[in-house]
Amino acid sequence: MTNKNLQQYIYSIADNALILGQRLGELCGHGPTLETDIALTNIALDLLGQTRSYYQYIAQELIKEDQTEDDLAFLRKERDYRNVQLVEQPNHDFAYIIVRQYFFDVFHHRFLSRLQRSKNVNLEAIASKSIKEAAYHERFSGDWLKRLGDGTAESHQRAQQAVDDLWVYTDELFHTTDDDQACIDAGHGVDVTSFKSEYFQVITDLLEEATLKVPETEFFQNGGKKGIHTEHMGYLLAEMQYMQRTYPDMKW
Amino acid sequence: MKKDWPLWEVFVRSKNGLEHRHFGSLHAPDAEMAIKNARDVYTRRSEGVSIWVVESKNITASNPDNNAENFEPAADKAYRHPTFYDLPDDVKHM
Repeated sequence: MTNKNLQQYIYSIADNALILGQRLGELCGHGPTLETDIALTNIALDLLGQTRSYYQYIAQELIKEDQTEDDLAFLRKERDYRNVQLVEQPNHDFAYIIVRQYFFDVFHHRFLSRLQRSKNVNLEAIASKSIKEAAYHERFSGDWLKRLGDGTAESHQRAQQAVDDLWVYTDELFHTTDDDQACIDAGHGVDVTSFKSEYFQVITDLLEEATLKVPETEFFQNGGKKGIHTEHMGYLLAEMQYMQRTYPDMKW
Repeated sequence: MKKDWPLWEVFVRSKNGLEHRHFGSLHAPDAEMAIKNARDVYTRRSEGVSIWVVESKNITASNPDNNAENFEPAADKAYRHPTFYDLPDDVKHM
């Protein structure tokens, strides 16, 4: 495992949290109710807090060249982001927001529980701190998904549409890049294939409870972990990076 | 959506040993979601270790019109405060 393997591996974890946090942050002040607005913003802040821990580790311990967490967050190019395509999907409606969140949370919670056993003390510490947050996120989004699926005719239809549209992005969570594999072999990374069947079982059970159909498709999108993103990513980055690029090194 | 959600009163215990205190109110479709909402709205800065919620309609309140007969008679009965006793020196922590 080289230093570069490890950096890329940590980007693949941290960028998921950053980009999903940015998506949820867009909702601040626009949530369907005051209570839901605060709940989603809390989740966004949890994710951004986790992102900072990962980026600080990369910047201070692995790059060591005057880079800061802000440089990593705001000054990389689209192809350098290693997040899965799921988390960059837009806030189409509340059902999309909840389904995207749930598909990610079920993965994230199980991923962190295994990252707690990493040989890398930094990753182990970040995972141990973050796992309670991820557990709550999964309860929150899972609860809402049950309510939407088993709610009114309209909420059911919208939830089913979101499940159908976002399903193609689930499989990528379990892709293993060469960088991932090097870190897994060294005992620093998590072998995600070890909980793939559990992931789909948990989601299938919840969808059934929510009276929603599990999509039957053989086709899945992928590419985000290699830097290939969907058409939504550029717009997200344009908004997220605008301030740093217009006023370099600006401070609040 | 929100107009269909009932109002809930939120009580939070700020630490073990203290009583639950009224923190405010919020909207939620049912008790379970009311707890979740309360967690996000009222305890995001470590304000509590336990939450109670009760639907506001279940609270019976005294009528402000009756304040005169309810509360004013107590105003001139300072002797009801147990402050007129001489405590022996050996009694501590009173």
